[in-house]
Amino acid sequence: MKFSESWLRTFVNPALSSGELSHLLTMAGLEVEAQDPVAPAFDGVVVAKVLSVTKHPDADRLNVCQVEVGNAGDGALRQIVCGAPNVAAGLIVPCALPGATLPGGFKIRLAKVRGVESAGMLCSAKELGIAEEADGLLVLSADAPVGENLRHALDLDDQLFTLKLTPNRADCLSLTGIAREVAALTGSPARFPAIAPAPVNSAASRFVALDAPAACPRYCGRVIEGVNARAATPQWLRQRLERSGLRSISALVDVTNYVLLELGQPLHAFDNAKLSPSSPIRARLAKPGETLTLLNEQTVELAADVLVIADDRAALAMAGIMGGAASGVTLDSTEIFLESAFFAPKTIAGRARRYNFSSDASHRYERGVDFANCLNALERATTLILEICGGAAGPVTESVAELPARPPVRLRVARTQKVLGVPLTAPQIADLLRRLALPFVEEDTAFWVTPPSYRFDLEIEADLIEEVARLHGYDQIPAAAVEGRLTLLTQGEDQRPLCKVRQQMADRGFQEVINFAFVPEAWETDFAANHAPIRLANPIASQLAVMRSGLIGGLVEAIATNLKRQQSRVRLFEQGRCFLREKTPGNASLTAGYQQPVRLAALAYGAADPEGWGHDGRKVDFFDLKGDLEALLAPAELTFARVHHPALHPGRAASVHLAGKGIGVIGELHPQWAQKYDLPAPPVLFEITLEAAAQSRLPAYTEVSRFQSAIRDRAFVVDRELPLQTVLAAMKKCAPARVSSIELFDLYQGKGVPAGKKSLAFRIVMQDTERTLLDVEIDAIVAEITAYLEQTLAAQLRA
Amino acid sequence: MHNLDAIVAEAKALFASIADPDALEQAKARFLGKSGQITERLKGLAKLAQEEKKSAGAAINRAKALVEAALTERREAIREAELAARLAEEALDVTLPGRGEAQGGLHPVTRTLERIESLFRSIGFTVADGPEIETDFYNFTALNTPEDHPARSMHDTFYLLDEQGQVAENVLLRTHTSPIQARFMKAHVERYRHLDVLPEIRIIAPGRVYRVDSDATHSPMFHQVEGLWVGEDVSFADLKGVIADFLKCFFESDDLEVRFRPSFFPFTEPSAEIDVAFMSGTLKGRWLEIAGCGMVHPNVLTHAGIDPERYTGFAFGFGPDRLTMLRYGVNDLRLFFEGDLRFLRQFV
Repeated sequence: MKFSESWLRTFVNPALSSGELSHLLTMAGLEVEAQDPVAPAFDGVVVAKVLSVTKHPDADRLNVCQVEVGNAGDGALRQIVCGAPNVAAGLIVPCALPGATLPGGFKIRLAKVRGVESAGMLCSAKELGIAEEADGLLVLSADAPVGENLRHALDLDDQLFTLKLTPNRADCLSLTGIAREVAALTGSPARFPAIAPAPVNSAASRFVALDAPAACPRYCGRVIEGVNARAATPQWLRQRLERSGLRSISALVDVTNYVLLELGQPLHAFDNAKLSPSSPIRARLAKPGETLTLLNEQTVELAADVLVIADDRAALAMAGIMGGAASGVTLDSTEIFLESAFFAPKTIAGRARRYNFSSDASHRYERGVDFANCLNALERATTLILEICGGAAGPVTESVAELPARPPVRLRVARTQKVLGVPLTAPQIADLLRRLALPFVEEDTAFWVTPPSYRFDLEIEADLIEEVARLHGYDQIPAAAVEGRLTLLTQGEDQRPLCKVRQQMADRGFQEVINFAFVPEAWETDFAANHAPIRLANPIASQLAVMRSGLIGGLVEAIATNLKRQQSRVRLFEQGRCFLREKTPGNASLTAGYQQPVRLAALAYGAADPEGWGHDGRKVDFFDLKGDLEALLAPAELTFARVHHPALHPGRAASVHLAGKGIGVIGELHPQWAQKYDLPAPPVLFEITLEAAAQSRLPAYTEVSRFQSAIRDRAFVVDRELPLQTVLAAMKKCAPARVSSIELFDLYQGKGVPAGKKSLAFRIVMQDTERTLLDVEIDAIVAEITAYLEQTLAAQLRA
Repeated sequence: MHNLDAIVAEAKALFASIADPDALEQAKARFLGKSGQITERLKGLAKLAQEEKKSAGAAINRAKALVEAALTERREAIREAELAARLAEEALDVTLPGRGEAQGGLHPVTRTLERIESLFRSIGFTVADGPEIETDFYNFTALNTPEDHPARSMHDTFYLLDEQGQVAENVLLRTHTSPIQARFMKAHVERYRHLDVLPEIRIIAPGRVYRVDSDATHSPMFHQVEGLWVGEDVSFADLKGVIADFLKCFFESDDLEVRFRPSFFPFTEPSAEIDVAFMSGTLKGRWLEIAGCGMVHPNVLTHAGIDPERYTGFAFGFGPDRLTMLRYGVNDLRLFFEGDLRFLRQFV
């Protein structure tokens, strides 16, 4: 809502500066989003009349003008050189006299222009800083008083206020509404000029039928004949419109807009000659298949829940939203039907948005328009039209059904105190209600408040408590010291807080990134082989059109971006939700149909170690990252199995399992994606569920042996394809309890090992808690393991 | 006897001239070896008369002890010199960089979220979570924002397509973290149905939210932290106290002012917008909007099965992206989501 301060002050004029008024409104919940002067600072500019224009003797584009400036200066005529293309004798224009300062500090002096004396400057709107562009002098109205200071003549010391109104305060979508609010806040009286019925000089009228009385419970209208639609809109009205951000269109439209701004009542003017003769005006719901071409040229198919204004032939307007193109007034209209109605907010709400537009009328109707003010607004508009366009008004036709009820709402003193935490007394509350002009009846320790017809936001006690708090002042409510019953917060020891997981990633050299959850569709296809991703209905861009089902794409892109910025070693991680369709119905997803696991992914690219003097520059590989993953989940033991994953190198990818359950994947990015996504070499990456990373272990004590452990190293030759994990699992399966650990310490293939085979060297540690093991016992254990491997895996003990 | 003194003097001079340990041992042989000069003298004692033996023997042994002492001293000196040489050789340029993995870092917004969580944890708030693909019910209806409510146009909502390419009914990307309030309250009521008094709810719920908006100050995905405190005696004054306290702790400063001004959210009544102004720095004196809050609307409590007559509560929603920008002086929201290490590394 945009308006000019001077207009507001015609209704209520508190002794506050513009800045103070602005602060007052903001602190009352009518946030002043912007407060701008109508014009920048300048002085010494007066209204002047161009008396004559002659060509400059030495310059084609310049004219020498004789200008009358009235009482300004010494009252003499001025000779002024002017280059504006529209300068002409008889024009009334702004004139900066010598000594004037224009915006930007530009000083006007007596000067010679190409040898001709010039005592001032005729100004364009741009030169005065009141318009962005100008193609000539600012032409003032013919009745502007010559000699008067321009700032007074055009009321340029005015301020433009822009309010960012919340949807509950529809009552402040008009000057009178804001004035009412300012009066309540300041105690200054608001003066609203009485609106007298316009003289009725015509018998022309139309019957009004409320076919959908719940949607349109009140409709007032009248015919005005013999209007001159081409009449000029008076300067004062035009200026108020413009300062409220509305363009002047034609006198008839301007008047309806003016009343909208002044009283908050949307009006619509139909061209009465274009309506079906003698047909009543109907407010009815749209018929199936009915279409309407609106004033904005858009043709819409009207849904069954859209209220229309119609004659007996067709729909004329989307009620309360926008008029139809065919029935609207034009400059040729001579008789109009003027509508001032109340449409129920529920009837209008969301309809305009559904058709992808909004209008000043729908904005107000869906929030609530004062249903007691329709007739007033109609009379006000009629009076203005008769004044400006002439004509004769017919009698008002009004149809009324059941208007919104305004049952009294109870406001208890004790409840107010409890909710606000402030000991407001009954007399204090009564005083605040009076200032708000809310009628009430006091009863014991409560007030029964009847909300006025212009307030749609006072339905329950809490609404009234807010009004009381608002007027009392939020800043008058003390900030209480925090008090509450204390209980210890528990955290299972077998769970790690997520902040620890993230910190551990950071400690291992990874930098966290946060990527958008919507991604290019190609990422889903490439990195997840997901050909039916979850698509957004209204993405902001085509490359942000589907929801990610994994984190890999975002990390790959982040690497590419950083490589372009001359980073050569990049280690990134991200933690975030991924989105998949739920395939198994009945699953307890929080949002039915969608799985939304939180995952953790990390990606490493470049050298294994930070670049520097002390490293060999080896590239990071699968096992480096595997080490990071194992450390992250330690002490849990992970198992890995070769896997095919669309994002990963088929020979260098593994699924990750924790306690037998798949928790994610690890591997090297498939070289084809490295190439496609501009990476000189494939990075290694993992992606696991965050839930897995957050698990931990409750430590359990086992006795520490006081006896020496025995260590034996043995190497076995096995098939090259046999995974270590299988060998280890077999060894652990057959090893007796006295074996405390088996670790691989060497992997060898090459000379001395047959082709297709590899040698795995293990360190077997044995220990007993009761005594030192004997050599025979040790040998027996090793022999047992050897025999088992020979039998089950065709392993050979290497000499 | 003069002879013995000469031998000792000779030995000392010789030892002193030697720097090599092997040569020193050879030189030792010249005096103390099998046929060394001192050894020869000791052998010669046998030829002496008994009374002479005693005094001559004592003199020779004294000379032997002196030679041995000189030898030991020289050995020690050589060892020290060798050690000194080795240590000098082994000296490092201690200013060379340390080896090993460099420290990674958290995202600045994560940092802020963790700080917020820990501040609220300190007054007994726990962390709650909820889905990002949310139902229309929890995002709007349960929060007192029915279909076609004008407040819905305050949120430019992302909707999804179903598998047939139609706009999916009843689901959306959550536009705020407030649905977590509704979900949590409902679950809380279920859980404590058997109790006469509902235990207090004190939660904060950080998370990512989505709105159709993208420019220098708006990102289509951003963060929010929702807070909720419901109990038998929770007032607007308490809300003001908690928020003012939090902001002072978050910015580690008393040098700021906090103001509450009336606003509107469908799920709170009364509602307020929270502005903060710093008393120093580049933003000095400007009121900055940083959160919305209010007393939980009775309809929202009712929806969750909580008696609004008996229990009251407040809720608030902060923008942690904004808080991060203010805290660290970041001037462009978009930097948070571009993954640029040159930016992110500043928060390690």
